[in-house]
Parts: sequence; C-alpha cells; structure tokens
Amino acid sequence: MNVDKNPVIFVVLAVAAILVGTLVTTFIPLFVGTASPSLEKVIPYKPIELEGRDIYIREGCNNCHTQTVRPLKFETDRYGTYSKIENSAIDRPHLWGSKRTGPDLANVGTKYPAPWHTMHMKKPQGMYKDSNMPPYPWLADRALDARYAEKKMRVLGYPFTSEDISALGGKTEMDAIVAYLTRLGKETR
Amino acid sequence: MAKDTPYDYRAVKGFAISSLFWGAAGLLVGILISLQLVYPHLNFSPAFTYGRLRPLHTNVLIYGFTIPAAFSLFFYLVQRLGRTPLAFPRLASAQLYVFNIAIVLAGLSLLAGMNTSKEYAELEWPLDIGVVVLWVMFAINIVGTIIKRKEEQMYVSLWFILATVVGVAIVYIGNNLEVPVSWFKSYSAYAGANDANVQWWFGHNAVAFVFTTIPLAVFYYILPKATGAPLYSHRLSIIGFWSLIFAYLWTGAHHLIYTPLPDWIQTVAIAFSFFLIAPSWASVINGYGTMNGQWQQMRSTYLVKFVVLGITFYGLQTLQGPSQAVRAFSTLVHFTDWVPGHVHMGTMGWVTMTISAGYYYMIPRIYNTELHSVKLANLHFWLVLVGQLIYSMTMWVTGVRQGAMWQAVNQDGSLMYSNFIQTLTPNYPFWNMRTAGGIIFFAGFLVFVYNLYKTIRSAEAGQRA
Repeated sequence: MNVDKNPVIFVVLAVAAILVGTLVTTFIPLFVGTASPSLEKVIPYKPIELEGRDIYIREGCNNCHTQTVRPLKFETDRYGTYSKIENSAIDRPHLWGSKRTGPDLANVGTKYPAPWHTMHMKKPQGMYKDSNMPPYPWLADRALDARYAEKKMRVLGYPFTSEDISALGGKTEMDAIVAYLTRLGKETR
Repeated sequence: MAKDTPYDYRAVKGFAISSLFWGAAGLLVGILISLQLVYPHLNFSPAFTYGRLRPLHTNVLIYGFTIPAAFSLFFYLVQRLGRTPLAFPRLASAQLYVFNIAIVLAGLSLLAGMNTSKEYAELEWPLDIGVVVLWVMFAINIVGTIIKRKEEQMYVSLWFILATVVGVAIVYIGNNLEVPVSWFKSYSAYAGANDANVQWWFGHNAVAFVFTTIPLAVFYYILPKATGAPLYSHRLSIIGFWSLIFAYLWTGAHHLIYTPLPDWIQTVAIAFSFFLIAPSWASVINGYGTMNGQWQQMRSTYLVKFVVLGITFYGLQTLQGPSQAVRAFSTLVHFTDWVPGHVHMGTMGWVTMTISAGYYYMIPRIYNTELHSVKLANLHFWLVLVGQLIYSMTMWVTGVRQGAMWQAVNQDGSLMYSNFIQTLTPNYPFWNMRTAGGIIFFAGFLVFVYNLYKTIRSAEAGQRA
C-alpha cells in the first residue's frame, strides 16, 4: 500500500497525526489535571461588571492590554501580584491578551478608584499627554440594556438577584466599563 | 496531452482577483492602524478605532487574502497535478459568491464591534458557520478532484493541500465552539486557562495550516517549474511533511509562557517548538538543494527570486520562532513589538512572496498569455523586500528596547521606568518607520496588482481580436 497514491488513507493518517498533539496538550487537560481549578474562592461577576467586560471585548481593549502578570520580580513590582489560575477561572472567553501597547490590567482595580478610570476613559491624553489610547467619552451617552444583560447572566450560569438587574436602570456603558475595571484584581475571596 | 484536458479555470480566476482586492484593502487598514498608534486623533469612534480595526486588518488578510489565494492556487494545482478538470465547477462558482458575501459581512461585523476577542477567531458564531460551509464546499472540490485524478502518484504539493483542508477544519471548529446569546454575541465553550490553551492551540496552528502548508504547497510546485530543475529530495519532503503536521499541534502553549497555564503544557510546547526546526528546515534544504547549480537564475529569472527569498524568510522565521519560545528570551520580548515584527517577516516575507510567485506563474498560463512586464515584477520584488525588512527590523529593535526598559532597575532595586508611558513613547519614531515600511510594501503590492491587471486585460483584448 502506498500512502501517496490513496487520498483517503492519506487523509486518515494526516488527521491521526494532527490529533495526537491536539488531544494530549489541549483537549485532555480540559477534563483531567490542574487547568480547571476549584471555583470555591472565585467571586462571580455582577451583571454590571459582565456588561463592562462585554464592552471591553466589543472595543477590542485586549488588542493593547494584557491581563496576565508573570511571576517575575520586575513584573510584580510594576503590576502587582502575579496571575493565578483562579483569577480567570470563570472567564468565557479569557482575556489574557498577547501584546502590551498599553500596560497590563490584571490588578488595575486595586490600583485606581472608579473616578480615576472615568476620567481616564473620557480623555486619556488629559492624564498622560503623550498617551496613544483612543478616548471613549461616548460610552457615557449609551444606556445599558437590562433585559439583554439578564439573558447573558443566564447563558453563562452566573448567580444574580433581581436587585442586581434593576440596579442597571439609568446606568451607562461608562459605568459598566468602570465597574469592570475596578473589579480587576479582586476575582477571589 | 495536457492541452486536450478541458481544465476549468473560472473559479481559479475569480478567487485570484478577489484575493488581490481584499489583500489591498487589508494592507490599507494595516497602514491606518499603524498611524493610529502614534496619532491617536486618527481614531474615529466608534467603528474606526484601533481596537476594532486591528482585528479587521488581521481577519481581512487571513480570510480575505491568504485563504482565497489558496482557493485559487489549489483549484489550479489539483487540476494540473491530477491532470483532470475540477470535479464540481458549479460548486466552485457558488463558493466564490458565498465567499465574497461572507467577507463583506465579516468586515462590517468587526467594524460594528461584534467579536469574540479570540485572536484570528474574532468572527461571531453565524460567520463561523459561514466559514465552515465555505470550507466544506472547498474540501468537496479538492478531495473530489484528487480522487478522480489521472496521475497515480500524488505530488508533494497535494499532500500539503490535503493537510490544509483537514488542519484548518480541525483547529477552526475546535476553537470556535461557543454558546450563542443572540445573533451577534456568544460566549466561549471553554473557560479561563483552558480557553487560553485552546485559543493558542488554534492560533499557532492557523500559522501551521494557513501560513505554512498553503505557501509550502505552492513552493513545492513552483520552484521546480520556475528553475526547470527537479526537486532535490523526495525522501526529505516525505519526512518533512509528516513530522511537520505531527509536531505543530504540540506547540501552541509557547504563546502562554509564564501565564497561569500548567507548567508542563508550556514546557512540552517549548520542546516541540525546537523539534519543529527540523521539518521546517527540511523544506528550506529541499529548496536550496534544488537551487544547486541553478543559483545564476537568481539574477536571470524574477520568479526564482520570489520563491528563494520566500523560502529563506521561512527558514529565518522558523529559527526565530523557537528562539522566542525559550523562557529567558520570552521574558524579554513577549508582549513587545518584537512579536508583530516576527509575524510580519512570515506574512510579508514568506507568505506573500510565495503567493505572488504562484500568481506570476499561474495567471499568464490560465489566460494563455505572457506576463505584462518583467520589469514591474522586479520592481514589485524590491519594494516588498525593502518594505518588509524595514517593518520587521524596526519592530525587533523597539521590542527589545521596550522589553529592556520594563526590566531596568535603579541601584536600589526599584524600577527605573516605573511609569509605563516612559517606555511607550520611545516606540513612536520606530512606529513611524514601520508605517513607512508598510507604505513601501503596499506600493509594491499595487505594482503587482497593476501588472496582473494589464496581463489579464491584454489576454482579453487578444481573444477579442
């Protein structure tokens, strides 16, 4: 039998070759081992924080900001405690990122209070003259959709109360993104 | 004998022209986002901000340029290498329409902020289904044509084509499993570290099955054709092929060094990244071996220049990649501009040079004519070469610079540049040089498109006469 004369056998063998590394490094760890930590200590997202996270995704913040601090001295000196597997345990998707055009944000909620973030989101150049971050003042003009937020919480299976949902009334996208940013670094009890 | 076979080139032509159009569009977006990094007032909220345009740039050049170039070149190669016409030409024509509609919707949805955040897999779930449908249409034609081929032996290029067909299917579906909330929004089926692991298994193997096996299929066909010399070693291509598609899938986690992902997965990925040098260089050595005694053609044949420089950048790319996987070096360059510098040597050097060679060879043949201008082809070559070198070198320099500034400490051990912005602003002159490199590259691409346009026009005029 000659593999390069029979395309069907060829494809079967190619799929087999592709699946070995796939299963061992990527799909078996989904079910066994330490890549799936205990959720005991993880604080779930509130609806307004989840809304903020979805705005972070919509605006592509992850293209310039990472959320993973490496266990290296110069890194923890700059960004605070290094990231543990619990920090992102319930995150779908993860937002670790791959490029730091701006600084890492894994612990940014422990660094600045909410008003700082609002000011910075509205006009980054007002705080750092030479910053290249686009300004996002328009987020303050856009209201949140409470019903849609509730649906998202259900799809993700996060716990919430009706007060959490009604608290979204009158809140803007700016409130949501700031609520999300001030939560970063406070994922666990 | 080949003259008697009624090859069907309609879809080949359609996808070639589509890819050139979307390629130019994707490069233009690249120039804009490069400018935005230095001049933030060039962000036009909300649709034309960097955060929305960067995924547009990558997606258009992957799914709008490289993938349809593969559709075009592969539909050509399976017919020539099988000495048989395309199995389902009407399916291929339908695929061309579906593709162009899908890429428009993809672009609009990314501008509207509909994205999953996962790099190179940003498209939301209805478009994911569209991509899978397109891929099935493509696969039916490729496999169908190969099955009814008249040439018993499948040449190396056909192996890489088949690997592309199954590899892209596996990694695309695997990474895009998600739970819809609405038509425009979904959440990943995976959480946290697992989601990151699946994402970079995909991310790195999109490199394997889009940016590696696609140009390799073209490379193995064009190099012997362009030089007139036989392939150096068939055995080397067998070993190279199977070890390449085996080893690539283990390496994704080298994108996640020093993250919370379990260490053993990172370490296995680093080890396999080094192993991967061997199959990658099998193709490089095959290329250089084929050139043995033919090097004077680097001066006389423009096509050979594209292919040999292409495989040379592939060789450099596959040495640089594993070196970045070393923990010590990753510590310095990860998260910096070194990484886009690395990626763009591969895409601007290896991938587009090889696709260009494929088009320069194929287009005059399918239109039964000669290339409009060899002079312009040479101009194209030098512009894209210089543009790419400026791009990658400036990014490497500023990447190492910024990485070193992040680590620098004073005598008392405190951070020397504790304010992030001190390390950011020195990027700006380098980013301006990068923009200049990008514009030179884009100019080269336009010369390429113009040359092919004139070639096609002269063929059509000749037919009417």
